[in-house]
Amino acid sequence: MVQTISITRKITNVVMLTVTGLLTLIVVSVLFFILGYLLWHGGSSLSLQFFTQLPKPTGETGGGMANAIVGSGKILLLASLIGVPIGFLAGVYLAEYSGKSFAFLIRYVTDLLNGVPSIVIGIVAYALVVRPMKHFSTLAGGLALGIMMIPIAVRTTEEFLLSVPKSLREGSLALGATKSRTIFTVVVPAAMAGLTSGMMLNLARVAGETAPLLFTALGNMFWSQGWLQPSAALPVMIYQYAISPYDDWHQQAWAAGFVLLALVLTINITARLIIGRNPGSSRR
Amino acid sequence: MASSTFIHSAPQTGVRGFLRRIKLGEHFSLLITFAATVTILIIVGLLIYELASNSGEAFHKFGWKFITTSDWDPNNDVFGALPFIYGTCVTSFLALLIAVPTGVGAALFLSELAPPVISNALTFLIELLAAVPSVIYGLLGIFVLVPFIQDHLYPVLKQFSFLPLFQGQFYGVSFLSAGIVLSVMVVPFIISVSREVLLAVSTDQREAALALGATKWETTIQIVMPNASTGILGSIFLGLARALGETMAVTMVIGNTPKISASLFSPGYSIASVIANEFGEASPGLHLSSLILLGLVLFGLTIVINAIARVFIMATAQKGA
Repeated sequence: MVQTISITRKITNVVMLTVTGLLTLIVVSVLFFILGYLLWHGGSSLSLQFFTQLPKPTGETGGGMANAIVGSGKILLLASLIGVPIGFLAGVYLAEYSGKSFAFLIRYVTDLLNGVPSIVIGIVAYALVVRPMKHFSTLAGGLALGIMMIPIAVRTTEEFLLSVPKSLREGSLALGATKSRTIFTVVVPAAMAGLTSGMMLNLARVAGETAPLLFTALGNMFWSQGWLQPSAALPVMIYQYAISPYDDWHQQAWAAGFVLLALVLTINITARLIIGRNPGSSRR
Repeated sequence: MASSTFIHSAPQTGVRGFLRRIKLGEHFSLLITFAATVTILIIVGLLIYELASNSGEAFHKFGWKFITTSDWDPNNDVFGALPFIYGTCVTSFLALLIAVPTGVGAALFLSELAPPVISNALTFLIELLAAVPSVIYGLLGIFVLVPFIQDHLYPVLKQFSFLPLFQGQFYGVSFLSAGIVLSVMVVPFIISVSREVLLAVSTDQREAALALGATKWETTIQIVMPNASTGILGSIFLGLARALGETMAVTMVIGNTPKISASLFSPGYSIASVIANEFGEASPGLHLSSLILLGLVLFGLTIVINAIARVFIMATAQKGA
C-alpha cells in the first residue's frame, strides 16, 4: 500500500520534471529557430552592396541599406546622449543621496515609464519635436529612443552602485575625500564594468525599436543630412520592406533582419560576458 | 599649485563663484544628480500632459462613446475605438493563454527542478530570446508563421468549427496569428520574472519539505509555489502589459481590418497597430486627436496593469526576504 503511493508519487515527479523541461526546451528552441532561419535566409541575401549602397527603386535589383545603417547609428547616438547621462545621474542620486521615500517614488515612476508602450513614446516625441518643427527628423527619433533608455539606465546605475561594498566608500571618506569625490573617483569606477554592460544592454534594447520611429524619424530612401531631416533606420526599413509586395524587397528585409539581429545579440552576449566576469557586481 | 591659490581667493558669487563650487564639486554633484532625477519626473509629466491635451478635441466630441462605438471612418470624421480595443484584448488574452502555462512551467523547471549548470545556460538563452527585436518577430510572423498556420494549424482547428471561435474563412493574417506571435514574445518575460520570484523563496522551506520526505515536484508545487504565487501573478500582469502595447509584430500579422468577430480566424486590428498605420498620414484635427486619444487609452491600460504587477512582485519580494 505504502509502496504503491510512493511509486505514483515518484512517477508524478518524473513526469512533471519531463513536462516542464520540455516546455523550457520548446521556448529555447524558438531562439535557435529564429537564429537559424535568419542566418539561412538573411545571410544568403547579404552582400557587400548591402552595407555600401543606397536602396534601389523597385524593379531594379541590387542596392543596399547604407543610409539606414548610418541613420540607425545617428539615432542611437542621439538616444544615448539623452538617455544615458540623465539616467546615470539620476541613478547616482538614488543610490547615494536620496532619502528612502523619494527614492521609492522615483523607482516606481521609472518602472512605470519603462512599461509605457513604445508607440506611445513615439506619439509624445511627435508632439514635442515633430509638430513644433513641422517636419520629421533624426532628432525626434533620437529623443523617442532616448526617453526609452532612461528607466533602464536609472535602475542599472542604482543597482550597480549599491552593490559596491561599503568599505570602499568608508576608506575613501576616511582618507579625507569629500562625498562627491568618493562617488565619482571610487564608487563609480568600481562599478564601471557593470555600468558599461548595463548601458550596452540598454542600447541593444532600443536598437531594435521600430514603432517609436515610424512618425518621428519616419524613414528616407536617401541619405539624411544633419539632424533635422527625416532619416532611415534599419528596423523601420525591415518593416517597410517586409510588408511591401516585392520579392527582392523581401530578400533585402531578410538581410537587414539578419544584420539587426546579429548586432543586437552580439551586444547582448558581450555585455553579459562582462557582467559574468565580475560576479561581485551582478545583482540582476 | 598656482591654480589652487587662485581658487581659494576667488569671489564666492557670480560665475567665478559658481565655477569654484564646481571644482570643489560638493554641492554641484548633488545639484546635477538631483536635476537629472527631477528631469525624469518632468518627462513623465510632459508625457501625460501631451497625451491628455492633444486628445482633448476627440474626447470633447465623442466622450465615452469613443470606446463603446465601433465606426472608424476618417473620411467622415467618425471615430469609435471598440474594434481596436477588442483586437488588443483578444490577441493579448490568447497570448497569455499560451504563454502562461509554458512560461510558468519553464520557470519552475529552471528555478526548482533543473541542475544549476543547465538552468543557468538555458536562462541565458531565454534572456537572449527576450532581446530579439519585435520587428524580427513580425518578419518571421509574415513569412513563416502565417503560412505554417494556414497549412498545418488551420486544417486541425477547422474540425472544431462548431465553436464560434473557429468559424469562417482563414486568410492567414488574423487574431490567431497575432496571438501566437505575441505569446512567443511575452514568454521570456514571464519566465525571467517568475524565475526570480521563485528563487527569492527561502531555501529553508524547501529543505524542510524535502526532509519530511516530499519529492522535488511536491516541494515545488505545495511549498514553493504558494509562497511565490503573488509574484508569479505579477509576472503574468507584466507580460500582459507588454502584449497590450506591442506594436510591430502584431501590425504585421493581424490583418489591419477594424472588425469585431468572435472567430479567431478573422482578421482584426489593435490599438497600437492603428496608431502605427495611420498616425504618420493623419490630417491634424479630429483624426490625429482620436489617434492620440487611443494612445492615451493604451497608456492608461498598461500603466494600471503595470502598477498592479509591481505591487504583486514587491509583495512577494518582501515576503521572501
